[in-house]
Amino acid sequence: MKGILGKKLGMTQVFLEDGTAYGVTVIQAGPCKVTQVRSQENDGYEAVQLGFGQTKAKNNSKAELGHFAKSGLESAPMHVVELPYEGDAPSVGTDITVSMFEGVKKVIVRGTSKGRGFAGTIKRYNFQRGRETHGNVNHRAPGSAGQHTYPARTIPGKKLPGHMGNHACTTKNLQLVKYDAENNLLFVRGAVPGPINGLVIVEKI
Amino acid sequence: MSITLQAIQFQNLRSDLPKFRAGDTVKVNYKIVEGDKERIQPFQGVVIQVRGAGVSTMFTVRKLSGNVAVERIFPMHSPRIASLEVVREGLVRRARIFYMRELTGKATRIKDRSTKDDRSKAKVKAKAKAKA
Repeated sequence: MKGILGKKLGMTQVFLEDGTAYGVTVIQAGPCKVTQVRSQENDGYEAVQLGFGQTKAKNNSKAELGHFAKSGLESAPMHVVELPYEGDAPSVGTDITVSMFEGVKKVIVRGTSKGRGFAGTIKRYNFQRGRETHGNVNHRAPGSAGQHTYPARTIPGKKLPGHMGNHACTTKNLQLVKYDAENNLLFVRGAVPGPINGLVIVEKI
Repeated sequence: MSITLQAIQFQNLRSDLPKFRAGDTVKVNYKIVEGDKERIQPFQGVVIQVRGAGVSTMFTVRKLSGNVAVERIFPMHSPRIASLEVVREGLVRRARIFYMRELTGKATRIKDRSTKDDRSKAKVKAKAKAKA
């Protein structure tokens, strides 16, 4: 497998044996059940469907219960994601654990960034703000939207206020400081997208 | 099954070091790597602050080396600290005694904390007696 699903637990500091302190994000990764294998013949693409987390069986539909019963689960997982795989496809029902990161030094972490709602240009695009006093009326306004008679319109792509965050976000080349197979934990150096308890996908490079 | 971040942080704390606070004189035995050899270098001085919480707690030790004041900041839970001993418990009123930087000579003396403890204990005893 190339990737695993996990939950961001938050950030802390760890010491290596030589005393170097690293700021790390702790990710609870897996164990993920393989719930389905997509193949070229049946589906037109190759992928592995992974389930992570738990829901209550009483909240699942019969279709969900039936689908996940095939992989030996009593209820639907909280998150179901399809990921590409390397080499032979794992069979349905096997567990994917953090032991796949044995010897891995760098990882990619994908997630959904924290939602900021409708944000202005200062927060969203790092525009400069106007001064507060001395008769100034332009405090946080975006400023000019373009030129005059020619082209007489705003050029598409102009940075304006709007919804910020809550979109797919990837952080590449993060150092995997250590992993804890017993508790299914990954310690990744630096920050990772998304809120605490958010879903993240950790991939080998 | 799931483990909390607090539990992970707790595992990384060192419990073998004695407790100390600002005003105390401590001797920090710090591991130093020279080339490929490792040796222990002691650093003895007055703790002028303990800041931060949990794994990232840091403390500052100040000493006079000859006539020059030297301050060193240590991470409390670093594996580089081979051992730490509290040489003397000092009595100060502040958690951060930065005023020590302005003082020289006799003014830098710090009272012993044990004397205050004796006095407060005596007070408690006296109160208990009065009640009885």
